[in-house]
This record gives sequence, C-alpha cells and structure tokens, in this order.
Amino acid sequence: MSATRNDATAPVSAAPTSIAPATAAPAAFGLDGSATCVRMISPAGVFEPNAAAEAFVPYLDRLTEADHRRFYRDMVVVRKFDTEAANLQRQGQLALWVPSHGQEAAQVGSAHASRPQDHVFPSYREHVVGMIRGLDVVDILRMLRGVTLGGWVPEEHGNFHLYTLVLASQTLHSTGYAMGMQLDGSTATGNPETDQAVIVYYGDGASSQGDANEALVFAASYQTPQVFFLQNNHWAISVPVSRQSRTPLYLRAQGFGMPGTQVDGNDVLASFAVTAKSMDDARAGLGPSLIEALTYRVGAHTTADDPTKYRDPAELAYWVARDPILRFRSYLQGRGIEQEFLDAVDEEAADFAADTRTRALEITGPERSVIFDNVYAEPHPLVAEQKAWLERYEASFDEDKNR
Amino acid sequence: MIAATDTSVASASLPMTKALNAGLRQALLDDPKVLLMGEDIGPLGGVFRVTEGLIAEFGDKRVLDTPLAESGIIGTAIGLALRGFRPVCEIQFDGFVFPGFDQITSQLSRMRNRHEGGVIMPVVIRIPYGGHIGSIEHHQESPEAYFAHTPGLRVVSPSNPHDAYWMMQEAIKSDDPVIFFEPKSRYWPKGEVRFGESGTPLHASRVALEGTDVTVVGHGAMVSVLLQAAELAQAEGISLEVIDLRSISPIDYGPILGSVQKTGRLIVTQEAPGFVSVGSEIAATVAERAFYTLEAPVLRVSGFDTPFPPAAVETHFLPSPDRVLEAVDRVLAY
Repeated sequence: MSATRNDATAPVSAAPTSIAPATAAPAAFGLDGSATCVRMISPAGVFEPNAAAEAFVPYLDRLTEADHRRFYRDMVVVRKFDTEAANLQRQGQLALWVPSHGQEAAQVGSAHASRPQDHVFPSYREHVVGMIRGLDVVDILRMLRGVTLGGWVPEEHGNFHLYTLVLASQTLHSTGYAMGMQLDGSTATGNPETDQAVIVYYGDGASSQGDANEALVFAASYQTPQVFFLQNNHWAISVPVSRQSRTPLYLRAQGFGMPGTQVDGNDVLASFAVTAKSMDDARAGLGPSLIEALTYRVGAHTTADDPTKYRDPAELAYWVARDPILRFRSYLQGRGIEQEFLDAVDEEAADFAADTRTRALEITGPERSVIFDNVYAEPHPLVAEQKAWLERYEASFDEDKNR
Repeated sequence: MIAATDTSVASASLPMTKALNAGLRQALLDDPKVLLMGEDIGPLGGVFRVTEGLIAEFGDKRVLDTPLAESGIIGTAIGLALRGFRPVCEIQFDGFVFPGFDQITSQLSRMRNRHEGGVIMPVVIRIPYGGHIGSIEHHQESPEAYFAHTPGLRVVSPSNPHDAYWMMQEAIKSDDPVIFFEPKSRYWPKGEVRFGESGTPLHASRVALEGTDVTVVGHGAMVSVLLQAAELAQAEGISLEVIDLRSISPIDYGPILGSVQKTGRLIVTQEAPGFVSVGSEIAATVAERAFYTLEAPVLRVSGFDTPFPPAAVETHFLPSPDRVLEAVDRVLAY
C-alpha cells in the first residue's frame, strides 16, 4: 500500500508571497499611443486614422451621411434604453440587468458591418446588436424579467441568435453554424449580396474558456466563414483582463492560424471598418478572423455587482473621458451636423426608453404549461404525465373552492 | 476500399459494429442532411471501425474527422443542427464524453426549450460504453445515468445487432437529441439483422425471454448476462422473464409492469454503480405502481459504488450471471 503523499502538514510561510499578481491597471491605459490598435477618430473627435488603420480606411467609403447619423442614433438610443432597463431592475421589474454602457461603439460599428443574410451569435450584453438586427428589445427584457429562457426565433429576428449565459458556449455553436454554411453552399460563391458569414460576440473573460479556444481550433481547421468579435471590456466581473491573459488577446489569433486585429472599440468608425473587412473576407471564403475591440465596461457587470469594491476610480475616469458617444458627437459636430439632429436623437432616445418601460410593465405570462412544453419535440410519456398531474393538482383547489 | 454491407438481402448475420455501420449508411443514403462527425471516424473508420468505409462512399462533407476536442464536437454539432443538419457525433470512449458534458447538458438538451419550440435539435451522440473488454481507465465505464437525469435528452442502448441497426436509424430520425450508448462488449458477437423489418418505436422495451418466476431487467450488455442467468436458472427449475429496456429515457414501463403482474418479483441490473442509477429509478417506479403485486422487495444488481476498477479485477465488479442468480435466490426467499 502506498503512502499518501499530499497530506503533508508543512507549515505555511508566515509571510507568503503572492503568486503572479494580476495588474490592476490594464495595459490599455496606454491605448492612445498604440501603434497596433486601429483607430480612426481621436478621443477629441478628430478624424485622424493611425498607421494601423490604413488598410481599413477604404471600408469607410461605403458609409453615407445617413449611416453616420444612424450610428450616432443607435448609440444614444441604446445608452438611454440601458439606463432605463437598469432602473426597471432597481424597481423590481427585472430579475437582473446586464449593462452595455461604454461598449456602444464596438457593438454598433460591428453590427452594421453584418449583412441581412449573416448570422449573429451574441453573448448576453449585445442589446444594440439585437436592435440593429431587428429584434424588439422587449424580447430581451422578457428573458431578464423571468418569463422565458430565451424568447425569440433567430431566423424571424434578423438571424440574431439567443443570448447564451454560459460563457463561450455560443462560440462553438457559431462555428458549427458557419460550418453548415460551407456544407450547404451558402458562402464563398463569389456573390457578396448573398454569401453568408457568422459573427460571434464574446469577451475577455470568456476568452479563457475551453470552448472559446476549441471554437478557434475548429474555425481555423475548417476555415469557417466567421468573425470572432472579442469585446475586451477589461473586467470579468471583478477580475481584470491581466488575470485572463498576459498577451494582448488579438495576438492569440496567430497561434490558432488566423488573422487577428486590435481595434479601438470606443471608435465606432474603426469598429465598423475592421469588422466590415473581416466579414467581407469571411463571406468571400478567406476564412475566419479574430477582432479584439478594446473598450470598457463603464457600469457594473450586472445589477448585482459593485465595481467600487475592486476598480480604481482613475481607471474609470480614463475611460469615461474616451466615451464612445461623446467622441462620435464631437466628430459629427466637426463635420457640421446640425444641433437639431442631435436634439432630435436625444428626444427619440427618451421616447424609446419610455416606450420600453411601458411595454416592459405590460409583459405577462407565461402559462404554467411552459414548464412542460417544448422540452421535447416528440411525445415524451413522463413529461406528458407530469403536465397532466399538475393540471389535476391545480384543479383540485378549484374543486375545494366550489364545494 | 471496404465493401459496404449488402442490405438488399432480407437478413444477414452481422456483428453489432457492422449492423451500426449499415444503419448509419442507410441514414446517410436516406437524408442528405445527415452528417457523421468525430475523432478518427474517417479513413480509419473509428477505433471500433463502426464508420468503416463511409467516408469513401459519402465523402468528407458527410463524414467529418474533427479536431480532438469533445466539447468542440458537440458544440459545433449544435450549430450544425441549428443550421438544419442532423449530426451524428462519435465519442471515442465512455470516459471521454465528459469534456463535452457541459455542451450536452447545458446547451444541447435545452436548445429547443430555450427557443420556445422554435428549433429542433436532431443530434445523435454515439458513445461506446461498458466493461468486459479488459481495457484501461476511462475505457469501460457506464455513465448513462448522468444523461438520463438530464431533461431534454433521450437515452437508448441496443443489446443486439438487429436492434442496433434499426435503433440507430430511428435515433437519427428523431427531432430530439439522442444519446446512443453502444455496448462495447457486444460489438463483435454476430446476430441476425433483418433489414426490411421496421415499425418499432425507438423507446419500446421488449420481453427478450418469457418466464414466470422472476422479472429481470437490464439494458445493453446486461441483456446477454441476463439471458445466460436465465439459462442457468432454468436448469434449476426457475423461470426468469428477461426485459431488454432498449430505452433508458424515457423508460417504457408497459412490459416491465406487465411482467411484474405475472411474476411479482423484480430485479433490476446494470453495469453502472447502483447509487442514483437507472435501476434505482425503475425500482422506485415499480414500487409506486405495482406495490400490491410485489411479493418481494425490488433488488438491484449493479456495479459497485466505486470507480471502475483495474481490468484485472473487473469480473468481480461487473454483475455476472451468478450475481444475478444470487439476487434471484433472495427474491424467491420471500
């Protein structure tokens, strides 16, 4: 019989040294001078593409004045919606809220780079991506109000797939979906109007999950038509990105055998241009790629979180000064946008939020039968039996009342 | 190139590996959306050769050798199913399914429910399982209870080549995810496969041997152990009725309850550890539904509640005909 080797009662050093501390201040504090991070608009709102942006500037040519206005409108509206949803949670109308404050440019820019025929696999914070794809945001609220586990059919809502709460699970689903596009011949035919691609959203925390890495392996292996859009918002609840990775996340792409690009995720034009190129390449059969969008979760992880317990106020201030909406507004003002438009957008956002509140409070249901419905597609005797039993049980109380 | 099994004949004597191969081939022929995916299933034909010859016949767009990552296999199969395909995934050995367990239990099993019925999830996951093959750790396990405990999954296990042939096709036709446990120790013995026969529902259990004194229930490789036990018992004048579950989730209780009405005595058997097992579930249900017909407590004959042991002592771990007969003696003593 062998002796047990790992039950030693060796004394713990009185003054243990830390194992490789995570650095609290993200490396991206130095984002402004980065030579590798694609940026079009300076924090002051001036259009001055950096060297890394050179290859992507031509993609901005496809944007019209109306597109610029739409980008601004989408960012402002979702910011207001986001605040309203957080309020609804505080008032007990939602079980939880997942704020997107601060990440609007990364999401709006990337979402507008997708085409109607593309498929989008979100994580759970991409509210504006859903809006842009045609999802009614009340469908998102239904889930967070606890009346459904999902709530929409992707094909009927802009090919915007369901939120996935287990981190990075959706990366594999998206890769399988993209494999399906290859197998059924819906991509790389040479027609950009119909060729399809997939974009999947995940974050710096999820990048540590095995599934995220397996998805990159499968995507590279099968050369799927797919973009991995990694929003590095610098915090996985309370843990800084330096605990997830000691290398910039976009550099991981090279190890998997695909292009990786880092983009200023608080710059909506840069986010659009980089994603537009990657999605074009994916549809054209050039394979998958990874985009790391550097952004910041200005709010809490969820309404159950308290970031003041773990974040440096100076870091927050740094990012707030690089707010994506303020930056794009300065840019538009520099191009001479009329104040009336900006005011109208604010008004629209307020109306949108108020309408959302009204409709959120009108959410009803579900019937208790949803416990049993749709667990299986085909008949299942045990579930059917239990559904019938619950009905009889509930009805028995009615009989008591009628006695 | 390996010649495909000739299924134009009425029947043939085949090992289960070839019967499964014929079932997969028929499914590939019947529906262009059916795909096979897994590790080493292409030119090698799988480590047990179940997919032998299929990549040559159907090409690498229907039979996909995947990277070596079980979560990746299941997760991408979910995406393919969302796209309209019907993937059949091979997990190489029972003990290797767990890297994919999260995708099976948190994603695959719930996708339809989460979509409020808006999608179907026709994914089959083939898992060679069970002992009696004298192999190393993680190669002889029976993890079916984990999957039977997960709502949204269907779980089946054939015991013989003929059932393997038609059950594989029915599993692939199902719009729900099916975990298909293949009893490794029954891969090689031959049995008659009747190709033209059809019409049995996937979840129908069957009376494998009629008897009068004690009902014994099992699935997969246990069925042949039970038939051996019945033969030995017969020599002593004891008649066992053998029920082959075929389906572990849902369980078809009709034949079990019918048999218990007749015998009044029930023994449930399995290679898996007995604690919180499929056999425990059957024992509880029969106690609820047939209490007054029982002449004795329902007994379980299972693997022990230990890790699967080194192969050198596996015969002491796995339920044998003698262990079944020991339980038969106990139920008859009441």
